[in-house]
Amino acid sequence: MPSLRIDPPSRWTSIDFRELWEYRELLYFLTWRDIKVRYKQTVLGAAWAILQPVFMMVVFSLFFGKLAKVPSDGIPYPVFAFCALLPWQLFAHSVSESSNSLVGNQNLITKVYFPRLVIPISAVLGGLVDFIIAFMVLVCLMLWYGIVPGWRIVMLPGFVFLAVCTALAVGLWLSSLSVQYRDVRYLINFILQFWLFATPVVYPSSIVPEKWRVLYGLNPMAGVVEGFRWALLGTTTTPGLMLLVSVAVVVVILCGGLYYFRRMEQQFADIV
Amino acid sequence: MSEIAIRCEDLSKRYALGQRERYRLLRDVISEAAFGPIVRLRHSLRSSNGNGGPPIKSRSKSGQSIWALKDVSFEVKRGEIVGIIGRNGAGKSTLLKILSRITKPTKGHIEITGRVGSLLEVGTGFHQELSGRENIYLNAAILGMRKFEVARKFDEIVAFAEIDRFIDTPVKRYSSGMYVRLAFAVAAHLETEILVVDEVLAVGDAQFQKKCLEKLRQVGTEGRTILFVSHNMSAVRGICETGFELSEGQVTNSGEINSVIDRYLAKTIRRTFAQVETPSFIVNDVIVTALGSDVIKTFEEVELKVVLTAKEDIGDPGLYIAILTTENSRIAGLDFKDFCKIPPIKAGESVEMGFLVDELPLLGGTYQLEIHLKDMHCHKIERVGTLFQFDVAETSVYGGRKLDAWFGSVGLRARALQTTRVTLPLENQNAPVDQPA
Repeated sequence: MPSLRIDPPSRWTSIDFRELWEYRELLYFLTWRDIKVRYKQTVLGAAWAILQPVFMMVVFSLFFGKLAKVPSDGIPYPVFAFCALLPWQLFAHSVSESSNSLVGNQNLITKVYFPRLVIPISAVLGGLVDFIIAFMVLVCLMLWYGIVPGWRIVMLPGFVFLAVCTALAVGLWLSSLSVQYRDVRYLINFILQFWLFATPVVYPSSIVPEKWRVLYGLNPMAGVVEGFRWALLGTTTTPGLMLLVSVAVVVVILCGGLYYFRRMEQQFADIV
Repeated sequence: MSEIAIRCEDLSKRYALGQRERYRLLRDVISEAAFGPIVRLRHSLRSSNGNGGPPIKSRSKSGQSIWALKDVSFEVKRGEIVGIIGRNGAGKSTLLKILSRITKPTKGHIEITGRVGSLLEVGTGFHQELSGRENIYLNAAILGMRKFEVARKFDEIVAFAEIDRFIDTPVKRYSSGMYVRLAFAVAAHLETEILVVDEVLAVGDAQFQKKCLEKLRQVGTEGRTILFVSHNMSAVRGICETGFELSEGQVTNSGEINSVIDRYLAKTIRRTFAQVETPSFIVNDVIVTALGSDVIKTFEEVELKVVLTAKEDIGDPGLYIAILTTENSRIAGLDFKDFCKIPPIKAGESVEMGFLVDELPLLGGTYQLEIHLKDMHCHKIERVGTLFQFDVAETSVYGGRKLDAWFGSVGLRARALQTTRVTLPLENQNAPVDQPA
């Protein structure tokens, strides 16, 4: 029979991966709930997952592509922008969902025990479904413009994974901060808007001077977005060192976030 | 296999006052960083004067704090069904929250052998938009049940909840009764070795409550360990074998359940409360006293008194006391102005005022007092934010068995009429007769 000891909060707590695994069904059900409920009582339903990035692409193509004549590495601007908007939307959606997830699920946190990590993780996973739906649009766009991806497409899941990890890393920090400081909710929109323009979504990273390019990788989403274009559109800028910097940054933020989350987790029910 | 299911040693939990009521803004952190060192210095100077033992209320760095639990120790044997009783704020819910790992203790520890299933609220995680079927799976996963387990028990759960026709309807279309039945049905089918149950029976109608108690009793006979918190004394008596009372975070009274409850009820002759404030008054004490005996019983002579201090000059003071059920529905109200006028109260002055109730008609159960303080001179009415609870012991109102809240809230001064034979007029004799209930 399993036995358990309940002790006062401690500073260092390792992550109980076995327990997390035992709660995989809860993770599945929470993700499924979020997806199922998201477009309930909307007329357009899951079409919203397509409309949002498509509208953004149209607006960007019009203003940045046509009017401002932003370069796009020789690729038709709509595809160029959409290819970056996909991972960006995945990231932005996951970050804002996971950041608000703990506060949004406070009725669960104060009434039932389960590994709290399940909540932000399920919020991040919920964004993947929208991503897959919107990805179909990209496939159509590429067919339209006659762009055929090469062997590099096998690297794509890696970049998706990196985007998800980045979102989770940021989400872990923001969600546990928002339990105590509700300011976070207002800060998120601001952060994401700023972050969008710090990421090469509307412009190619090739307009950033060569010597700064590695530094640019400090923004992990820059690595992800460039990786997407490299894998799908075959842009010439290979995200080598820049990508490495991005991965390193994500690992650092993720580990820090996990540590902070685990430490704060013990008080969530008391403060939220 | 060890005989002890739960061993709790010197368990304490401290809450900073206000922590649960208001979340922190960055502004607070900044001001704390600026003024914190001064406060802490003052605090350390004061505490160095030396005082014996930690007080129930003590200053922490962010103001007042309170020990919700203080050095609580107890043991529960495997298969034992334990009742935990005590007033609101005595620490019962905090204890259950620590046992179910929702929050951590400040000091002490608990050793638990076996899986713990907790039922602190009915329908945790139910989603309005999802159907009954979907909610069963979601809620079960939240409570820690596996999918195959739920699938196996699905029909049983639906049958228990009596909602088979509506299983694919979103729960937002359910009546509140159906909702609660479904929620309890899922939780009741948890198969953990230890079950922790908070005041969940306060919801639902009498018939359903009976069904829930029946289910809990059945669970108890399966040799599982249950910790049961309730204000419904007859339910506790009916289910539990042993129990203890928590009072101000400490175990004050433990042993065989009937004697624990009797001792607990005997203390309700005089109830006092911690002081609360409104903008212009401080409520120092609220006292409910049974005059005729040592417990408050139905039709007993009872005094309801409020001791208060005015924070400012009150030109034309007024007092209104209402008696509410635990579901907050108003049973009766007394307004002082219907009786007589109260002379003005000066700032800083304290007065004791209240009512003498000749025959308290309430049946056994827990009730609450809602208090409004007024200054009619400037049309001010201030509702005291806290409701004050008191218990009425189960009394044999009509000479027979002891009656409690199952019979409603109010006892009637009634007698049975003499039963007589009657002859009905001819035209009524063959008409269908309404069956008496």
